[in-house]
Amino acid sequence: MTSKAGIAAWIGTRAAAWAELAEGIGTRRRRGASSIGAATQFVDSYRNLARDLAGVRRFAPGTRVAAALETLYAQLHAEIHRSPRGGWRAVLDMLRDDLPAAMRELAGGILAMVCLMAGSAVAGYWLITEYPPLVSLVASEQMIEHVESGSLWTEGIINVTPSSLLSVQILSNNIVVSFFAVCAGLLFGLGTFYLIALNGFMLGALFAFVGQHGLGRALFTFIVAHGPVELSVICIAGAIGAAVGDSLIRPRHASRRESFQGCLARMTPLLGACVVLLIGSGFIEGFISPNPTYPLGARITIGVCYWILMGIALGGGLAPRRPLAGGSSSDSP
Amino acid sequence: MDSERYTIRGGTGVDVAMPIAGPGSRSYAFIIDWHIRLIVALAWLLGALLVVNGRIAWTTRPMVLIPPLVIYFLYHPIVELFMRGQTPGKRAAGVRIVDRDGGIPGSGAIVVRNIFRLVDSLPGLYVVGLLTTFISAQRVRIGDMAAGTLLVLDEPSPAKALEEIAAGAAQDDLVVSDLAAQILERWPQLAADRRSSIARELLTKRAAPDQAGRIALLADADLRTELAAVARGGSRARAR
Repeated sequence: MTSKAGIAAWIGTRAAAWAELAEGIGTRRRRGASSIGAATQFVDSYRNLARDLAGVRRFAPGTRVAAALETLYAQLHAEIHRSPRGGWRAVLDMLRDDLPAAMRELAGGILAMVCLMAGSAVAGYWLITEYPPLVSLVASEQMIEHVESGSLWTEGIINVTPSSLLSVQILSNNIVVSFFAVCAGLLFGLGTFYLIALNGFMLGALFAFVGQHGLGRALFTFIVAHGPVELSVICIAGAIGAAVGDSLIRPRHASRRESFQGCLARMTPLLGACVVLLIGSGFIEGFISPNPTYPLGARITIGVCYWILMGIALGGGLAPRRPLAGGSSSDSP
Repeated sequence: MDSERYTIRGGTGVDVAMPIAGPGSRSYAFIIDWHIRLIVALAWLLGALLVVNGRIAWTTRPMVLIPPLVIYFLYHPIVELFMRGQTPGKRAAGVRIVDRDGGIPGSGAIVVRNIFRLVDSLPGLYVVGLLTTFISAQRVRIGDMAAGTLLVLDEPSPAKALEEIAAGAAQDDLVVSDLAAQILERWPQLAADRRSSIARELLTKRAAPDQAGRIALLADADLRTELAAVARGGSRARAR
């Protein structure tokens, strides 16, 4: 038997198994889930196929068999290396472990962002107090006219726009701002720095402006229900952006790209939690904040309770620790 | 650019090679997806307007306006999550998202690559994203860099080719079988006289000496049939 005949004979013994495997992958892709037995069989097939492919690459390179096996091997590799679907268990793990871990990692950054926002707010307040005409830098003509006529621009807004639509507008705007704060970290953290500083500056400037027209209490009444969580989440998003910038300035992995990817992978659960919190505060801002029937006490209660709930959620309190078989409440190593 | 390959070490020590999708495939997929989400969002909007007789009342406004916005802006992350790294546009363009290990990406990676659309779409028409795919080594946009993903060509299942190989594996010359299959694949694109000449040459070399005259007289369609037999592994039987 010639060597070519030997290879052909060997391919003959394997080809049917390859064709069957290709069919199996196709079925797996169409149906989605597979049993443990089928998954184990795929792993075995993966090993066998790798051995076959190595042989074909050596003895029959550039042939149709080689091309088909390359494709089959890549498809099987993708199936085997797919990320697991965690379901509810993954959500619980995220609430219990990932969120607190990310918060611990970001603690310094969050504090820095709170200081930056507060400092910028003081700067904005001082500037508008000293130079009132500069308010046109941070407020639209319409807002200025409203305040000068003795009412906030938010008054009567729910008579113009339904609360649900208003909520969606607000929450989508807040989510986009938070995402921008994260993405702006790409500019070595500077983009995030400017974004948070600008937000704080505008807040301080608006408070100064409405205060000059005797509406400071009205603005406080408006924002106290949704503001604590909203501003906290913006600060957390800013801290994530700063962490992204830090991962590029001082990479912890072999390359900046890997460091950047690693940072975002660790922060994604926290970012997801921020989105959920912003959806909640968006609904508060759409339904409760502009509604004059809610007294100040109720608003403060809502704002404080929602902020405490945020603290519990981000601290891992929503998913209690799994007790060990021996009764200890600490995690297994 | 579509011929570039992303090679990673497989779990068995044998490399996995995946063809990288270039800016052309990406743009094609995006344009299809953009039309799909636009059409679905508009369909909802028009349907809702018909239901409310063209009058958007204060109470019905959210039901008319919110769903189209959700469809338009959340199309990519939701569809990619459910279709495991694909969208109808990507499927039509024959591309899919994989992670750096060559596997199907997880939900976190899909969310991150979609968040960074905010940057890739700046200042408009995805200029930043498109430029990045031209200059980056693996033709990725910033969202892919952030999520650790890339777009590869999703080659069709090799099941049919492998079945043909299984059927023709008894023949002793793999190269001839491959050549025959390749000529058949290009048959419609080749000029009639050129393909007949190539097919005759190949069949004559494979056939017994007394068959040369018969092959020289075969018509274009008969040559194709004979060539298909060679590709399937029937050449020896025929030649004898």
